[in-house]
Amino acid sequence: MSTEPQSGTDLESGQAGSPPNPDKGDMVRKEATQGRAASMLIAPSIVVLTIVILYPVVSAVFQSFQKDAGLDSATGLFVAGGFAGIANYTHWILQQCTAGGVSVPCPPGTLGAQFWSSISTTFFFTVVTVILETAIGFGMAVIMARTFRGRGLLRASVLVPWAIPTAVTAKLWFFIFAFEGIANKMFGTSILWTGSENPARAGIIIADVWKTTPFMALLILAGLQIIPADVYEAAKVDGVTAWQRFRHITLPLVKPALLVAVLFRTLDALRMYDLPQIMTGGANNTTTLSILVVQEIRSGNFNSASALSTITFILIFLVALIFVKALGVNAVETTTVSGRGKAK
Amino acid sequence: MTTATATQDTEPGAHVNRKAHNRKRWESRRTYVFAALIAIWCLLPAYWMVVTAFRDVGFTYDATPFFSHVTLDNFRAAFSTDTGNHLARALVNSLIVGIITTFISLMFGIFASYALARLNFRAKYLVLGFILAASMFPGVALVTPLFQLFTDLNWIGTYQALIIPYISFALPLTIYILVSFFREMPWELEEAARIDGCTKSQAFRKIIMPLAAPGVFTTAVLAFITSWNEFLIASQLSNGQTQTVTVAIASFSGSQPHQEPYTAVMAAATIVTIPLVIMVLVFQKQIVAGLTAGAVK
Repeated sequence: MSTEPQSGTDLESGQAGSPPNPDKGDMVRKEATQGRAASMLIAPSIVVLTIVILYPVVSAVFQSFQKDAGLDSATGLFVAGGFAGIANYTHWILQQCTAGGVSVPCPPGTLGAQFWSSISTTFFFTVVTVILETAIGFGMAVIMARTFRGRGLLRASVLVPWAIPTAVTAKLWFFIFAFEGIANKMFGTSILWTGSENPARAGIIIADVWKTTPFMALLILAGLQIIPADVYEAAKVDGVTAWQRFRHITLPLVKPALLVAVLFRTLDALRMYDLPQIMTGGANNTTTLSILVVQEIRSGNFNSASALSTITFILIFLVALIFVKALGVNAVETTTVSGRGKAK
Repeated sequence: MTTATATQDTEPGAHVNRKAHNRKRWESRRTYVFAALIAIWCLLPAYWMVVTAFRDVGFTYDATPFFSHVTLDNFRAAFSTDTGNHLARALVNSLIVGIITTFISLMFGIFASYALARLNFRAKYLVLGFILAASMFPGVALVTPLFQLFTDLNWIGTYQALIIPYISFALPLTIYILVSFFREMPWELEEAARIDGCTKSQAFRKIIMPLAAPGVFTTAVLAFITSWNEFLIASQLSNGQTQTVTVAIASFSGSQPHQEPYTAVMAAATIVTIPLVIMVLVFQKQIVAGLTAGAVK
């Protein structure tokens, strides 16, 4: 097994596995028999994933179109629910609440009224953390790619924040940002970090950047390491400046790995839950979509919670789609790379 | 070659050489400065956690940068069940859930990844795409339907209520990492063994399995860490009996109702984290390889 962290984006091995001059008829026959074996080997995993993912998703979508069972306030009779149309979706998107049988705009302070603010909070966190983590992660990766004594030590220390559970990270930074905590003491400030919007958001972003940048750095490092050193040497000999080398060699060559890293981080940040939930409980405009879904479940409104989780799911799916279409990220190919895969 | 040109040139060449040498020394000094900054930034908060864990509760907010007022009381407090915390039970729960999740994911994942890495078939990219999509799936979309389903089945407070949703992220992760490990393996040896008279299953057991073991082990470590660190699903689908460590830490309560028991929490956090950090440092190289191969957190 290769221990070099290159497998993720190895361009070289793409050609390695392909037969030099494949006989077409033989290939087809081989593919047919291998296809049967492959489906037998893969089927169990697909079945398991279908049960644990597809079943809940389908039932959530089904439920999101259901009415709440309960007493009909107009007639005073018990109604069993039934088809609700898109009422659960308009509840969130148009902020329509039902009060006394009629639709009214959700009063401020209710969960229904928080939909758009939680969307903007989620996107705010996503954009800011992903930009910071990409920039800092790139810097870290460039340093880690250099050869110097103690490089192993550096890589080990970078893995520490990654290994710490997010829940623990949240508690740790909650303590660091306590009013009498070390952050205020170090900077001589007296900020009530979790007490108002901007400091609370800043605290969550700092904690997230601390926890996740190493992961980003390692992914980018893997991309950097596939760039052959002689390319740089040749450029140096030709008198190319450091900035030009970065701009015209490093960036284009590391781009596939970088884009995949950014895609993964973005999708991950969009479902952010642990840090804001533990550090602020969603107070002071730090309620993300995931937090809002959980709060809705906790208040017992499963149908509208299903609608909201479906919206979250669709949103993440759309972002992934935009990434793949607009930036041409080929996540499947870049991450699995492939011997045989590339040789069609 | 460079020395040859340097000796051929007289004055200016030597000058350029010295300049290059100076620049190199500068560069390496700068590398060390940045490397130190990165290491400090990554380690300092974790260091602070450990320092606080060993500090007397009366000095919770003490800013002394090194170990001071050292005590083990916080660890006793972390494990004490007097204030409704059950850290020891949570550790056992996380261990059980993590091990079973990892085991099931490997059991299914090994076969699928073998096929995806080794065999040619038409739907390969479709399957890979499906698995990648599954690994990116938001956990919160599972929680709503599963919360109801498990409540109906009376499963809240059982291990399967956690293990089943955990498989939804552990299995795709396992498959992804294993596929890239399997692709790197010297499969020619399998064919050589076949030529030497091994059957296909013999070749697999005697040649491939031992070669694949390190990759499988790394994958297991990564799957275990991911399930150990999970919080959202655990916080909604467990009860006091099956609470995992992350939930226990998040809801850790002290004796005073409105006072956060920071030192005890940091002690609990240290206990939860230390095994992971040791594991990560020991298997550092393999984990980095696995992480970047699967490219999944």
